[in-house]
Amino acid sequence: MSNTTLFEKVWSEHVVVEETPETPAVLYIDLHIIHEVTTPQAFTVLRESGLAVRRPDLTLPTMDHSTPTTPVSSFRDLAVVGESAANQIRQMETNCRDFGLDLIGFGNEYRGIVHVIGPELGATQPGKTIVCGDSHSSTHGAFGALAFGIGTTEVGHVLATQCLLQRKPKTLAVNIDGKMPAGVSAKDLILAVIGKIGVNGGTGHVIEYRGDAIAALDMESRMTICNMSIEGGARAGMIAPDDTTFEYLSGRPRSPQGADWDVAVKRWKQLQSDDNARFDKSVTLAADVLQPMVTFGTNPGMVIGINDPVPQGGDDPSFRKALDYMQIESGKPMTENPVDVVFVGSCTNGRLSDIEEVARILQGQKVAAGVRMLVVPGSQQVKNQAEAKGLDRIIVAAGAEWREAGCSMCIGMNGDTVPQGKLSVSTSNRNFEGRQGMGARTVLASPATAAASAIRGRVTDPRTFE
Amino acid sequence: MKAVTHIKSRTVVLATKDIDTDQIIPARFLTTTSRDGLGQSAFYDLRYHKDGSEKTEFPLNETTARGCEILVAGNNFGCGSSREHAPWALLDYGLKAIISTEIADIFRNNSLKNGLVPIVVSKDIHRWLIDNPGAALEIDVANATLTMPDGKTIEFAIDGFAKYCLVEGIDQLGFLQQHLEQIANFEETRAWKP
Repeated sequence: MSNTTLFEKVWSEHVVVEETPETPAVLYIDLHIIHEVTTPQAFTVLRESGLAVRRPDLTLPTMDHSTPTTPVSSFRDLAVVGESAANQIRQMETNCRDFGLDLIGFGNEYRGIVHVIGPELGATQPGKTIVCGDSHSSTHGAFGALAFGIGTTEVGHVLATQCLLQRKPKTLAVNIDGKMPAGVSAKDLILAVIGKIGVNGGTGHVIEYRGDAIAALDMESRMTICNMSIEGGARAGMIAPDDTTFEYLSGRPRSPQGADWDVAVKRWKQLQSDDNARFDKSVTLAADVLQPMVTFGTNPGMVIGINDPVPQGGDDPSFRKALDYMQIESGKPMTENPVDVVFVGSCTNGRLSDIEEVARILQGQKVAAGVRMLVVPGSQQVKNQAEAKGLDRIIVAAGAEWREAGCSMCIGMNGDTVPQGKLSVSTSNRNFEGRQGMGARTVLASPATAAASAIRGRVTDPRTFE
Repeated sequence: MKAVTHIKSRTVVLATKDIDTDQIIPARFLTTTSRDGLGQSAFYDLRYHKDGSEKTEFPLNETTARGCEILVAGNNFGCGSSREHAPWALLDYGLKAIISTEIADIFRNNSLKNGLVPIVVSKDIHRWLIDNPGAALEIDVANATLTMPDGKTIEFAIDGFAKYCLVEGIDQLGFLQQHLEQIANFEETRAWKP
């Protein structure tokens, strides 16, 4: 009986040259998404070596990290991000022009965060190998693709050869049984998973998320789950494609069309781990007992239920350092803490369903005095769809800011930052020291928790708004 | 890449675990289009006060730490983003090897491609190194050995291909390009086209 995992099926279909004890495998890449921050040095190498981009048709370039979330129509508009970031943005435009790449730049209705636009365009598909110079490339695994982040040297490798040198990783099955309770979202689930396995629990492994609770999730929730695989140390996270996946992809600009669609779906249906598939490691979580989760420390593994007390942490100096930085006390729940900034957005939670959830809670409410709330759509498509539903008006009426698409406050390098010492409830993926700005104190949470916290002005259980 | 064969240096110790890439180089320094000169931004927020003065309590700022080429770090060093600016910054700062009990995947890969040697040691050895900053160590990359101050030699695990590239100073792009014919053949004959 066959015992192959989903990961192994996708991996083996892309091996150009098998690995040996002496050399890694040459792995073919079906989709290479690129952005302005991790590519300039790779294009420099190509120029110096006189190399072309091998497959412009498999390369998807956009700009998101250092772009402003205020409208850009001229060079002057880039002043908000500073000279260095503006130069990087212009360099991306030059590189794409010089190497014949079709840049999804300013003014393009599909521009957005790399991990939001790939799926939105239908470029992200089951069974593909997908890479990007960004660790949250794991997001695309929600479609049953093998997707992982790479460094800039490897970006150069893929640009020049469409291949990477890789050692085959191990596999980790994360089983989520049962049904998620009301008021608990995919973000809470993945934070609970990271809390269980730790920030290094997945190192060297590709995760496959399995079980009833995963199968019941819509695609945007599945993307939130796979997105944060890297916060558990795993370069990739995958979910087997099913009817939910096919329905999402149907009719998208880069999805297969007509007869090609039927052929593709038939192939995609094979992309399941076999019944007897063997994983190197396995963990199980019960969905039924989940609650809204919030982080209290400086990595995503330092996470608790919203009404649970912050743990004592013993005499671990790293734990103490994290609590000192966060100015958080052991023994009290996070709901005691006043909030200065609320950020809704990022490749984790910047999709339409996230904005809808936030608007649902903000409807008829006001952001608390003294709280700055920023709602940043993950792409211009998300922005347009949200505006067509009137969500922007609800958000602005509540006193929050509604911005252009981009990475924004998830990564303090585009003009949107949390001021020193201020506490931010953020739907992004990293609560590292300084991630949202020097001295910023980040609490990771779901969109619902973020919206509820904005209204009350302190960290708040969103179920109190039901 | 410059060949790396031997490293002989005293150690500097950052005992904190889970030091992420945002601590190694904060995102605001990633707007560069070059890989040079990032050393001054390495560990910036840990090294400097807001006014630009040095934090004297930070281990890398101690007089004895100047010129040290080996960093002993807490478990799970380099977790977080894929930014290759992290090893670029550490190399430009003057570090040549990182020793820990675990080193995050993407950071380790990026390090190997730039000549920064990631070394994973046992908990016991790590404990001793954490407790003894300034220990004089010798690393022999070709033999994958670490020699402790008492002369005891420890073998460490390193992928054979990555080691070969480090010792010979080989850029892996050249190796990939030797397979262009197979890559073209793969594109031609695969069962489905992306």
